[in-house]
Amino acid sequence: MKKAYFARNKVLAKRGSYLDYAATTPLDPRVLKAMMPFMKEKFGNPSSVHSWGQEARVAVEKARKQVAKALGCKSSEVYFTGTTTTSDNLAILGLARAAKKAGRGNHLITSSIEHHAVLDTCQALEKEGFGLTILPVNKDGLVNPKEVEKAINNKTILVTIMYANNEVGTIEPIKGISKITKKKGVLFHTDAAAAVDYLDVNVKTLGVDLMTIGAHKFGGPKGVGLLYLKRGVAIEPLTFGGYHEKGLWPGTEAPALIVGMAKALEIATQERKTAVQKVTKLRDRLIKGVLAQVPGSRLTGHPTKRLSDIASFVINGVEGEAMLLMLSDKGIAASSGSACTSGTLEPSHVLTAMGIPPERAHGSLRFSLGKTTTWEEIDYVVKILPGIVKRLRKMAPKGI
Amino acid sequence: MTDSKLYPSLYSKKVMSHIRHPKNMGEIKNPDGMATVGNPVCGDVMRLFLKIEKKKGKDYIKEIKFQTLGCGAAIASSSMLTTMVKGKPIKEAEKISREAIAKELGGLPQAKIHCSVLAADALRKAIRNYRQKQS
Repeated sequence: MKKAYFARNKVLAKRGSYLDYAATTPLDPRVLKAMMPFMKEKFGNPSSVHSWGQEARVAVEKARKQVAKALGCKSSEVYFTGTTTTSDNLAILGLARAAKKAGRGNHLITSSIEHHAVLDTCQALEKEGFGLTILPVNKDGLVNPKEVEKAINNKTILVTIMYANNEVGTIEPIKGISKITKKKGVLFHTDAAAAVDYLDVNVKTLGVDLMTIGAHKFGGPKGVGLLYLKRGVAIEPLTFGGYHEKGLWPGTEAPALIVGMAKALEIATQERKTAVQKVTKLRDRLIKGVLAQVPGSRLTGHPTKRLSDIASFVINGVEGEAMLLMLSDKGIAASSGSACTSGTLEPSHVLTAMGIPPERAHGSLRFSLGKTTTWEEIDYVVKILPGIVKRLRKMAPKGI
Repeated sequence: MTDSKLYPSLYSKKVMSHIRHPKNMGEIKNPDGMATVGNPVCGDVMRLFLKIEKKKGKDYIKEIKFQTLGCGAAIASSSMLTTMVKGKPIKEAEKISREAIAKELGGLPQAKIHCSVLAADALRKAIRNYRQKQS
């Protein structure tokens, strides 16, 4: 029995236990299959009038319909872009510029735990002279809708709050916030990049006016994202050069990527219920295992209002990147919000916004699961991690 | 531009080897010189222990050990430093620059340069501690 267990571990160590799905997911084979014709014989430019072009145009518009169905909106409200980041920029900068042009106001509201695609964009606008309120979160990473209401003034043009946090998995009260923005007549944008596989992304139910997602977070290809823009909401383009995507995101469409994203979104919608059930169980097994086996470990993010795929921790007395390197040597892929992984000298802004002191945030570790994750992979991590933490603690100076 | 500058998360083979098999890791009981640099808030803490031997009126680093809490680059820098100065006269050892440590490691990503700074500082501080004890 024991022998068999070790044999299985050996196989896992060799094959690898990929638990970094929040960074990116593998392309679903069904998605690849849908994309292939557009990388081969169906290579036409959707803007061309000949049959090659028309074939590509039909595919792009069919994909738009598919997306609209999954998001519960009209096809005309779906704009294809490059990535979630470009969609966020287009939404926020585009809306701010349109509002400025119309003299409608100059104040934005966001939260302290947004992805940099949103936070940095809002801060860039602040440098241009826009007003910016960055709302705090509580220790679980939750934004309080009442705080949103208090922050809205007569100059407010946009509230942008993420649907679910990619680092700690906390799900924000989007419906509660949209009730307030509707009441106050302020537009509401949400970055839903982390949410698609596990949460309802119907824009009507959520009550959002703008929403961004990117395909590679849910089994689609990298290099394509989309913006849902409610009919009647005016935004200005950021780049120029053609009438593609009604002039809001000019440049030749990428039919293969767009078709792939639509297929991935369709699959995510169909399989959401089973994915939530399956992945939540595995996530809880991992959380329970790590908390029990690693002394000085603590869960980050909300204990229950969290994404099915995120098991995130801070571990005392170890540094995140060192853990990642040693886990990688054992075939395990994870991520961390330590300063050494951020490329700056600061630990994750998400963790510090939640009141986690920097010395603890440096020891952050995030596992993110996927639909194909197995319990063997989870048990393998729970078996390997304690030894790595022990080894790193042994290396550290005592009594600091 | 070197690869390590292009890819901030990429470590050289030498760095990885020091992370996997750190040299002179641990502590020395009753050290002749000791220093701790960095702090947990910024993420890296390094402690060096020295045992000094006098030969023909010169002070030599007879033994050196390190303890590090920090990222891969911090561990590799401390480990590399100990191999570079073990057996050297302290006057020579204290001249070791962060550039020299990074060079011996086959380069460090831009964002990790401060880790090698920390290692060089730790050594100079430990030597200073030894001299203070002497006088």
